[in-house]
Amino acid sequence: MIRWLLLLFGGALLGGIVHLATVIIMPRTATQDAYSRLARIAPVNTVTALPAPTPENAAMPFMDPAFASAVCRYDLSQGPLKLTVPVSLAYTSVSFYTRYGVAYYAINDRAAGRRVIELDLMTIEQHNLMPEDEDVTAADRLIVESPTLTGLIAIRALAPEPGLMPVAQTAIAAAQCKQQEESKASGK
Amino acid sequence: MRLLLGSLFALAVAAVVGLGATYLALTRGAAFGALSISSWTAWPKTGTIDADPYARAMIARTGQLPIALGDGVSFTSQADDRGKLLDGRCDVVLAGVTPAARFWTLTLYNVDGELVANSVNRYGFTSQEIVRNAGGSFEIVVAPRANPGNWLPTGGVERYALVLRFYDTAVGVSTKAGREVPMPTINTRSCP
Repeated sequence: MIRWLLLLFGGALLGGIVHLATVIIMPRTATQDAYSRLARIAPVNTVTALPAPTPENAAMPFMDPAFASAVCRYDLSQGPLKLTVPVSLAYTSVSFYTRYGVAYYAINDRAAGRRVIELDLMTIEQHNLMPEDEDVTAADRLIVESPTLTGLIAIRALAPEPGLMPVAQTAIAAAQCKQQEESKASGK
Repeated sequence: MRLLLGSLFALAVAAVVGLGATYLALTRGAAFGALSISSWTAWPKTGTIDADPYARAMIARTGQLPIALGDGVSFTSQADDRGKLLDGRCDVVLAGVTPAARFWTLTLYNVDGELVANSVNRYGFTSQEIVRNAGGSFEIVVAPRANPGNWLPTGGVERYALVLRFYDTAVGVSTKAGREVPMPTINTRSCP
């Protein structure tokens, strides 16, 4: 009897370890996470407008239907990215996510304080490699450090009324994310 | 033989306990740092790089992109103020005011996070669309059939979730206890 109780206890303890291990491994094995879903429709390092969510069809669950949205699925292995997003009428935001869908940075139109949200996205290593003087001359350049080599940028503009959706979509359509190879070459 | 049986038993217990707990945690949406105000719950930390392993697993499993904390905060409710699960066949009334934010949106989803089909193609409201009382408070009727005023159709689904998102707000960033944050009340008015 005691033997079986001990086995039960040992099994439960091992179960706890199994539980923690599966929770931690989960993001690395998920095949339906946001990045995998968007990999099917969004090419790397370009802005892709997402269709408005409908009951039958949505790029991701829990999308806010009041927003026009676009994504840039990025890969920084070839160098930093330059992102420009023109600000829409009501509210525009740019959120940065790691490969596993964890948000690490977000900025909105008011925090940016301009008509266009402009920033550079690079890995921590690429930021460290940047020459000092360039850092100084470009003091007003906003630099965002990505903790992962790949990830997602979500660009979203609010349509406060359904009739304003085309305006929000037009603003989003002009957003760009591009590899900044030219600037790197001229800097050398 | 006894040793083999014994270890098989222990391993079976481990598998059931471990995988069962993981399944429960992921389907119930468990994560640390929940901010509950009346029947609304938000997980502001889920929208940051400090998201805990449970939040990360939930994000990966559902495939959503959580709203980043610098962007806004998202409150979810699946039950009214008395704890009764929201039923799409009932008339549910949201009333009151919202905390300070530049904009907010209210959206109705089914339990899988999909929008619910309805005759008028209305899936939610934004703060600008709402018709308010003289004092600035508002009332939204979430019901299967048309109602005067702010009507949010349920499409007659059995279970649904309401998601109230605040954009450009200090809620979640600075709010520790929820007492000073006013959230709309949710009451089931009538059920067929």
